[in-house]
Formats: sequence, structure tokens, C-alpha cells
Amino acid sequence: MMQISCPHCGPRAQNEFVYERTIDSVVALDAAPEEAMKTLFTRNNPRGVDEEIWRHTYGCRAWMVITRHRVTNEISAVRAVGPEALP
Amino acid sequence: MSRYSALSLLRGAFNGQKHWQPAWRDPEPKAHYDIIVIGGGGHGLATAYYLAKVHGLKNIAVLEKGWIGGGNTGRNTTIVRSNYRQAELHNLFEFGLKMWEHLSDELNYNVMFSPRGSLTLGHSDADMTMLAQRGDAMRCDGIDAELMTQDQVAKFEPLLDMSRSARFPIEGALIQRRGGTARHDAVAWGYARAADSLGVDIIQKCEVTGFVRDGDAVVGVETTRGRIGAGRIGICVAGNSGHVAGLAGLKLPIESQTLQAMVTEGVKPMLRSVIQTQSLHCYISQSDKGGIVFGGDPDNWPSYAQRGNPIIMEQAVAQGLALVPALSRLRMVRTWSGVTDMSFDGSPIIGETPLPNLYLNGGWCYGGFKATPASGWTYAHTLATGKPHALNAPFSLDRFERGATIDENGSGPMPNSR
Ligand SMILES: Cc1cc2nc3c(=O)[nH]c(=O)nc-3n(C[C@H](O)[C@H](O)[C@H](O)COP(=O)(O)OP(=O)(O)OC[C@H]3O[C@@H](n4cnc5c(N)ncnc54)[C@H](O)[C@@H]3O)c2cc1C
Ligand SMILES: [Zn+2]
Repeated sequence: MMQISCPHCGPRAQNEFVYERTIDSVVALDAAPEEAMKTLFTRNNPRGVDEEIWRHTYGCRAWMVITRHRVTNEISAVRAVGPEALP
Repeated sequence: MSRYSALSLLRGAFNGQKHWQPAWRDPEPKAHYDIIVIGGGGHGLATAYYLAKVHGLKNIAVLEKGWIGGGNTGRNTTIVRSNYRQAELHNLFEFGLKMWEHLSDELNYNVMFSPRGSLTLGHSDADMTMLAQRGDAMRCDGIDAELMTQDQVAKFEPLLDMSRSARFPIEGALIQRRGGTARHDAVAWGYARAADSLGVDIIQKCEVTGFVRDGDAVVGVETTRGRIGAGRIGICVAGNSGHVAGLAGLKLPIESQTLQAMVTEGVKPMLRSVIQTQSLHCYISQSDKGGIVFGGDPDNWPSYAQRGNPIIMEQAVAQGLALVPALSRLRMVRTWSGVTDMSFDGSPIIGETPLPNLYLNGGWCYGGFKATPASGWTYAHTLATGKPHALNAPFSLDRFERGATIDENGSGPMPNSR
């Protein structure tokens, strides 16, 4: 199990958090259909680092972006996001 | 390759069992193959076998980065069934189930297929409606399915907690009696031996690290054992689909997640069937050695770690103990996990990619072992002819952009909410 440092609550156990999707798969409201389809339905899915949206669902309920290595689980950055961070 | 038989065993008894030979060769890679299959799991080996056996092709290689069967084939809970509601799915899996029924004979290798019954419990009126619907859909296509009452379930699997105060009260079940389990390793080894004897080169410790391109077309692979040319190339790497397709610049509707399983110490026979449920994500069966095998949900977040998360373990075991309280006395002896390729509608992808000569078989989520023979059969057809077989045509990669997803769970493009 990972320990995730919530920008608001500090280090907490992973089971308080829920994974949502990667930051590059948030569909912009004005995206053309092909673009929206690609964004929604495909992923880089790297065997390495990606930027992921997680939510502190069973805590403060805030969204955040976590930079994580998908083999070692090393978390190199956690940043808070607000509506202004969405495309 | 000499055939395995009772007679050869008996003859061996008089020769100190000196007649045994390696079950497959260990060849050096050639410079070029007509068809290369990437990934020596059950699916890749079955594909190579049917390419040689059914399509008569001679110049085929399977490239495996580790050892054959060391991926999900050797890590899964071995449940074999075809009880899906959607026709595209149950037709594919039923084709496979019929092949399982003769697989040991076909391969001259005992895959220990054990049709002990696949029992899906219902815990509410809504569950029973869903099960009835699923059973009806199956029976319409000639697949066996029977709805069971509470009393029938209690008689069939007496250790289930049937009391009204149970954490998950049991109202009834749907059973597919022809479903069951098989020996995972034997499936990989049986296909490998049979493919090798038809001339297929099985090359282990050979990781594909890149693709050789001629314009858009893919004409070979770079590997840890050098460059190998190929006419057609089939990706068949389960949890690594995203990574390997990425080497060719493709982005797939797949996210890789960990799936775990665990097993207890061996005990005398106590569970006769494979127990699953309509509402929970916990499946339990007893292996031929006597251990109780548990499986649960995927970890629900992307990972290539092949290392499980205790949160999910606890969930699966808690549900299992609630269903069969007698299991609480057993000790868990092993847990392990595999990387599964969770597709965005929960169904597999078998077919061409946008790149000429490059094909994909993946996205099997947590349910591909049962499909091994059908997956190999349809993928071999696709690779040999360049066109899909009728059974895998609906599972093309472009179904997402066409809006033709096959979404058995109706949960949309979010593998983590499945
Ligand atoms: C814990 C667990 C339980 C499961 N339970 C069930 C079940 O009860 N019933 C069921 O039907 N299914 C189940 N599954 C799913 C099933 O195991 C898989 O869908 C199926 O085994 C996939 O088959 P495969 O042959 O493609 O995969 P694998 O056996 O994983 O084969 C893929 C191979 O590709 C190789 N490879 C990867 N990258 C490369 C590369 N770059 N170059 C060369 N080779 C490469 C890997 O080393 C691997 O050997 C379960 C899976 C897990 C993890
Ligand atoms: Zn928080």
C-alpha cells in the first residue's frame, strides 16, 4: 500500500484515495469528436512515469495530480488542482 | 516427438524411465519468419499451434521475454466458463469451452480440465433477475445454464452460509455445469510441445524492444537477441499490451492494472464447484491439491508492479469468509499477482492495428485464461488470412471510435469502475 501526501491533509494511507484517470485524458468541453474520442478512450499506459488524477475521497475529497512511477510506485510530486487547472 | 501414453510409461518402467526427452527445442532465432507471435503465454502458444496445425504454416516463431507461461497464464485462478450475457462474448467463450472439452486429446497433454460447475450466486431479487436474463441469453444460443433455487444451492454447496442473517444472503444461483477449472501450466506446456513438434520455434529470454519499420508497415522486431524480420507480427503480451504497442507508437484503449490471487493450505474436498457471485467480486474454488483459491477485484489503479495491494486482498477474503464461514479456520499460504490489460469496455481486442502487418490480441482484463483455445484459433485465422474470423470480428480495435463497444458491465470507458 502506498502513502500519499494530500496537499491539504498531509501523508495518509492509500485506501483513503481513489484513482480517476490520467491528466491528459480529461476531455475539453469544446473538443472536436475525434479529439474527444481519442482523449477519452486511449492512454499512454507507460511502464514508467505518468501524471494521474486521484481524489482524497475518504478524506477531504479534494482532487490532486500525482506524478507516479508505475513499476516502483515512487511518487515524485503531488499537486493540488482546482477548476482552473482543467483544460 | 514421441506420444505420451500409458504404454510408453510402462515401457519406460523397464528402461529406468530413460526415454523422456525435452518437451520442446531451444532454437536460435532465425533471421526471418513468416509470422512472429510476441508473447509466450497460453494465447501466444495456442496461436502458433493453430497457425501450424490449421493453416499449414511452417516458418513461425514465438518470442517470449522470460519463460513460457510465466505471465498471467501461470498466475490466474484458472476458471473456465462461457456464461456471458452478450452474444459476441458468449459465442467466443463457448467456442473455447467446446475446445477445452477435447483439449487434452488434441494436444496429447493432460490439461486437467475439470468441468465441476461454475456457480454464480444471487443475493437479492435484482441479482436473480440479472441471472435469469443472463441464463436466458445463453440458452437462446444453445449454451447450458440453469437457474437454481435457494434449496438447490444449499444442497449443491452445503458449506455456503444460507441463513437469513448472513452478511450476503443467498437467494439462488445460476449454474453452468460445463464450466470449471484447468491446470494453468499444463495449458502453456501442452500448446508449446504441440506447436514445437509442428516446427514452431519457441524462443525464450527474447524480449521485443522495438519494431522495424518500412514506412508505415512493420517488417520486423528488435529484440534482446538481435533483429528478426517478419511477414506478419502478432502482439500477444497480456498486461504489457500498452507498453509493446507503444513501441510502435500506438496508444490503446487499455490501462494495465494488478490482479491478485491467493491460496490456503490444502484440505480435504470441501467445495465442489467454482463459486462466484452476481454482486460481489470474489471467486472461490478448491484446487486439485486441496488449497482454496481466492480471487477478487483488480487493484483499480494503473500498475506494472506485479505486486498486490493488501486492501484488495482483505476485501476478497472478507467476502469469501462471509459466503463460506468454514474457511475462517484455514491459513493463507501464498499470494501473488499479475499485470492485466484492462480494456475500456471490459472486452478483449483481437484484430488488425492501423499499421500494416501488425496485429493485436489483448485487453483480456481478468478473464482471458478461459479463452485460450478460442483466442489462439481466431488470432491464428486473423494472422494467416489477414482478415478476422467471424468470432473475433466484433472485437476489433476500431470498435471504440465506431461506438460499437461490447460493454458487458455497462460501466463505460473507465476500467477502474468495472
Ligand atoms: C491473478 C489472476 C487471476 C486470473 N484469473 C482468471 C480466471 O480465473 N479465469 C480466466 O479466464 N482468466 C483469468 N485471469 C486472466 C488470464 O490469466 C489472462 O487473461 C490470460 O492468461 C492472458 O493470456 P496470455 O497468454 O496472453 O498472457 P500471459 O501468460 O501473461 O502471456 C504474455 C507473455 O508475453 C510476454 N511478454 C511481455 N512483454 C514482452 C516483450 N516485450 N517481448 C516478449 N515477450 C513479452 C510475457 O512475459 C508473458 O509471458 C487471471 C489473471 C490474473 C493475473
Ligand atoms: Zn485530503
